[in-house]
Amino acid sequence: MAEKSYDVVVIGSGPGGYVAAIRAAQLGLKAAVVERSEIGGICLNWGCIPTKALLRSAEIYHNMQRAEEFGLKVDGISFDGTKIVERSRAVAGQLSKGVQFLLKKNKVDVIVGNGSLVGKGKVNVETDGKVSEVFAKNIILATGARARVLPGLEPDGETIWSYREAMVPKSIPKSVLVIGSGAIGIEFASFYKTFGAEVTVVEMLDRVLPVEDEEISAFAAKAFKKQGMALLTGAKVTDLKKTKSGVTATIDVGGKTQTVKAEKVISAVGITGNIEDIGLEAAGVKTDRGHVTVNEWCETCVPGVYAIGDLVGPPWLAHKASHEGVMVAERIAGEKTVHPTDASNIPGCTYCHPQVASVGMTEARAKEQGHDVKVGRFPFIGNGKAIALGEPEGLIKTVFDAETGELLGAHMVGAEVTELIQGYTIARQLETTEADLMATVFPHPTLSEMMHESVLDAFGRALHI
Amino acid sequence: MPIQILMPALSPTMEEGTLAKWLVKEGDEVRSGDLIAEIETDKATMELEAIEEGTVGKLLVAEGTEGVPVNDPIAVILEEGEDASAADNLSAPTPEPKSDAKKSAAGDAKPALEKPAAKPEKSTPASKPARAGERVFASPLAKRIAQDKGIDLSSITGSGPRGRIVKADVEGAPKAAPRGKGKPQAPLGSIDARAFYEEGSYNEIPLNSMRKTIARRLTQSKQEIPHYYLTIDCVLDELLKVRKHLNEEGAEQGIKLSVNDFIVRASALALKKVPAANVSFTDDALLQHHHSDVGIAVALEGGLITPIIRRAEEKGLAEISAEAKSLAARARDKKLSPAEFEGGSFSVSNLGMFGIKNFTAVINPPQAAIMAVGAGEPRPIIVNGEVKAATVMTVTLSCDHRAIDGALGAQLLAAFKSYIEYPPSMLL
Repeated sequence: MAEKSYDVVVIGSGPGGYVAAIRAAQLGLKAAVVERSEIGGICLNWGCIPTKALLRSAEIYHNMQRAEEFGLKVDGISFDGTKIVERSRAVAGQLSKGVQFLLKKNKVDVIVGNGSLVGKGKVNVETDGKVSEVFAKNIILATGARARVLPGLEPDGETIWSYREAMVPKSIPKSVLVIGSGAIGIEFASFYKTFGAEVTVVEMLDRVLPVEDEEISAFAAKAFKKQGMALLTGAKVTDLKKTKSGVTATIDVGGKTQTVKAEKVISAVGITGNIEDIGLEAAGVKTDRGHVTVNEWCETCVPGVYAIGDLVGPPWLAHKASHEGVMVAERIAGEKTVHPTDASNIPGCTYCHPQVASVGMTEARAKEQGHDVKVGRFPFIGNGKAIALGEPEGLIKTVFDAETGELLGAHMVGAEVTELIQGYTIARQLETTEADLMATVFPHPTLSEMMHESVLDAFGRALHI
Repeated sequence: MPIQILMPALSPTMEEGTLAKWLVKEGDEVRSGDLIAEIETDKATMELEAIEEGTVGKLLVAEGTEGVPVNDPIAVILEEGEDASAADNLSAPTPEPKSDAKKSAAGDAKPALEKPAAKPEKSTPASKPARAGERVFASPLAKRIAQDKGIDLSSITGSGPRGRIVKADVEGAPKAAPRGKGKPQAPLGSIDARAFYEEGSYNEIPLNSMRKTIARRLTQSKQEIPHYYLTIDCVLDELLKVRKHLNEEGAEQGIKLSVNDFIVRASALALKKVPAANVSFTDDALLQHHHSDVGIAVALEGGLITPIIRRAEEKGLAEISAEAKSLAARARDKKLSPAEFEGGSFSVSNLGMFGIKNFTAVINPPQAAIMAVGAGEPRPIIVNGEVKAATVMTVTLSCDHRAIDGALGAQLLAAFKSYIEYPPSMLL
């Protein structure tokens, strides 16, 4: 391959990388992405998107089982695990093609191979053993992250799965032991539970979904238990023995030892940045505990080298990576109205059943930070649309600063809350106070009315409770 | 009912005046439009016209009385059929005009003069309808925090999208100065200098109202306005060539352009080019002026005054030159009307003719910038690595940092320099 030079070369074509390249191209910069595997990265091929396809199948299956509640008759409800996985793969494939088209449309070059930094302004791309050089005024590292591996829990592709194997099961196992109750662990737990597996979730901290507000966490835990999930919190797998039929795990639960047998184990104990073999040492880019060190503008310590997304640390979310990608591209292009990403305005969504979504501070965090808070709550049971949908389980919680009326955080559990959270995210981004939220007209009948009621409740003005 | 004539407010900043001269005496008949007195204000001497008809019943303030507060009665006009005794019933004038005489005047009798009543300088912007369009963009949260903490949003630069003021901008912002308390009277001198000198070793020259005004306003300016200074050198050779040529051509029509005329025009055009610097600061808004009203500092005997060339950006050099001459002449005769020296958006103070190389000037509120101009003198400059002789003038811009930040001030100065150094650009 001949030498090429660009204004911007992005290593990694995930939701951070491809978005950064498109934005750079839109701003008139000559851009390229280097991708060693599939265009669209993990998110699109092995993460967010294919799991949503799987969970959609689970949701429909769940609703089919509830058909009679709605006056419908369905005989012989069953599923075909292979077809479910096929659909998930097809969805991922379709979107990956979509991204390839977008890159082409924006005249972003795609260079296939392993990209690595070679000093300033230079990237080596290794393809099938051959190395070519690419020159770039600016380099954006967007190589993402991978599942963290705990000793003794190394995925073997057979019995011990990472997210990757868990996404393409040959069949639905009879029992699953999920280690880790963050978004990834809980989504798989939810998926396998819906399709009939016995699911045990092991969480080291004292509650599942530990980053969420305690109340929401507890609400979700109650719903999971009702579905028959076993939740072991404050628990740690101390031993894992492979057997013919799967594994026998020895688990320490708050000092007491417990044994759990399961056909498969899903390890979801967090992720670690892909910092290896991308020439960080050679270029002098600093790292810290598995992530590239950057400032608020995603600048590494080496001028002209940026890093974004999962590679630089939590929250490990595709939309955070995309946002940072846009910011960096705009900074490089010299746009004037660029702002650093405000982590407190990044919403988080978990697509378990019931769904969980949040933005900003939890109540506990707000109090720790010294805020005098006003808290509003509104349950799904008080909302007409929720009742009509047959989704009366859920809660919308809002946390305000009592003094300024700032919406410090919003936390939700229940049907479709992942689609609702954006309303509060806009509110936070625009720095609205309770007065603006109260003055907003919410359409009836919608689930969003609960967002209004929760705000009203925080100030003792809720109407429907 | 006899009509009281009150001390008029002849300018927005006038608080008291000197009754320089009575032009009528008791018993004189006056008609609307007749001149009845000369009032010396802080900046000029003004003639007071009668608005009502009648007979001058009583002159309440003696000629030469200083410090008569605005709206204090100074004379009584009797209507037809009234006799002088009617005037006696009116409240006697305060014997000491400097004491708080406003109380006696407040409320009783409508002002005889229908000139605009004086308003405290600072309270005007708050009620000005012109502010309606000048919206301060701030998030609801920032607005509320500002309100709770008493922070003036217009004094804050927003860091949000399109300069919107967000929470982070108001947190830690300084509180606004208390409003509506009237302007603090700056002490003229906290320690009496007489204490340091032997009596008889000096002549005491009483402060006239202009001197007092200069002392008060400039002290206030330096205390309230965060001044900062930007200095730049301008090569004048091109300008001098153009000036010589224009003056030769225009000699017959009596055109004689000064370097200062060029400076005024260049300033006006620079303000037009950098409109963000053509501003006045108020407690709750920046007033961005539509025109370049450029003041020229004129030295007078016993003081100075800054008459203003209005809409200078629309005026050619000859027009500016003629107007500057006329304003300066009338300023020396103390014949300027307040409209000719109040307001403005910028001033030029030129001490070049005294051989001053460079100096800094004190901002003349409500303006937000003043340019101090030094002498154009031959100096060595380096062009393409070689030393050359050139005529160079140093100018120093004083800016109100509340209204004009450093980079903005620099832009204004750079624009000025480009006009001055290449005068044909002033034609564009």
